Amino acid sequence: MSTNEIEDKVIGIIAEQAVLEPSDVTLDSTLEELGIDSMGLVESIFAIEEAFDITVPFNANEPDQSDFDISSVKSIIAGIDRLVREQA
Amino acid sequence: MKRVVITGAGTINALGHSVPDTLDAMREGRCGIGELDFRDVERLSIRIGGQVRGFEAEGRFNRQQMTLYDRFTQFTLTAAREAIEQSGITFSGDLSARSGVVLGTAGGGVSTWDDNYRSVYEDGKNRVHPFVVPKLMNNAAASHVSMEFNLKGPSFTVSTACASSNHAMAQAFQMVRSGMAPAMITGGSESMLCFGGVKAWEGLRVMSRDACRPFSANRNGMVQGEGAGVFVFEDYDHARARGADILCEVIGFAMSSDASDIVMPSKQGAARAISGALADARIAADRVGYINAHGTGTAANDKTECAAVADVFGPHADNLMMSSTKSMHGHLIGGTGAVELLACIMALRDGVIAPTIGYEEPDPECALDIVPNEAREADVDVALSNAFAFGGLNAVLALKRV
Repeated sequence: MSTNEIEDKVIGIIAEQAVLEPSDVTLDSTLEELGIDSMGLVESIFAIEEAFDITVPFNANEPDQSDFDISSVKSIIAGIDRLVREQA
Repeated sequence: MKRVVITGAGTINALGHSVPDTLDAMREGRCGIGELDFRDVERLSIRIGGQVRGFEAEGRFNRQQMTLYDRFTQFTLTAAREAIEQSGITFSGDLSARSGVVLGTAGGGVSTWDDNYRSVYEDGKNRVHPFVVPKLMNNAAASHVSMEFNLKGPSFTVSTACASSNHAMAQAFQMVRSGMAPAMITGGSESMLCFGGVKAWEGLRVMSRDACRPFSANRNGMVQGEGAGVFVFEDYDHARARGADILCEVIGFAMSSDASDIVMPSKQGAARAISGALADARIAADRVGYINAHGTGTAANDKTECAAVADVFGPHADNLMMSSTKSMHGHLIGGTGAVELLACIMALRDGVIAPTIGYEEPDPECALDIVPNEAREADVDVALSNAFAFGGLNAVLALKRV
């Protein structure tokens, strides 16, 4: 899967969670700006795991300490890109 | 209004198969959490828990009973027998007709659901054992206690997630205090440590993979436990008249609802339950020496709970001790308040405060005396037990030394 395909898919998942159009989700958006709270985040990660058949190392108690960077849409895509390659 | 006392206590949990064994472990700050051992555990990402070890149902229960008793019922009956034997109470005649059993559980017969779903979905069977329903129902444990010990009064099961036992014990307390029942068997149990039970919790991303470290800055989530705690709540005059050994007095309780979020705790909701329990008990806040915290070890609970305690107690929050024994036995979900009540009884009766083990780094948002790592001797007159459930349902009990 190409990085562009991953990007489109992730933006689609995040847009659905945020109840926005994919065009409203930019690479620099943070989940907070998009109105995604902690439960929305956990649901997004679940949807991403299902869509890409990967396991995302994420613990809601220490979101900053996970290997998976959730600070922006861009960093989430980069993390998934890496996991898809590693877990391929 | 009647005074209400506790005249018997029983338990089985990861720390021990009886109250004395459990209190010894709490005194020593022993950890009952370890590698989980059950079918399909290798398909879980969370593989630790406070599992009850060395408990053989065979031999304790006969074949007919085994077909009807889920593990949560087995735990309940084991704990109930210890409590009732210690109390020395025998239910017959009018006492039997008016006394009942109110127990808490969040999941009921979770492993019975799990085993039978596996059988029909995975193994493709089209037939299940005829007693699946009476075995898994949430009130099975309460009903079997009523049958075993001849309790014919008000009996039911309370299910409010992690506050189930505290809500159940609050009900039993109210029934004895009002004169409705001379004695009540109460507490709760849980047995969710099976593949489906842990898998469901894993999904929420709040579980720790290594340890339960309540209030520690490096805490990273909760750890599930299993077991039961059961007590005899009795009218003080009734207990005195028969010369019963009184463990402590139950002096008040309060319940509140956050009415805000299905999983995130609320400081205001917790504070209202704590201050409500003090008001119901008609005692000044500065008489409280010990609080058994809900203390799950999640980022959200522990800081919210500390803030609520600071709000209610003001400067006295710095004088009292508050520990989370979940660090040792894990989170027993619907049974947790019952097992944790034992730590309050130990504080009041033996003057020993159970520690919060696994404590490694101070957290400025949890800056209370959480009795880190080692038990402490202290003279405690009044103790509280907190339980704050998913769904925002809170229940706090107040106990006093007799």
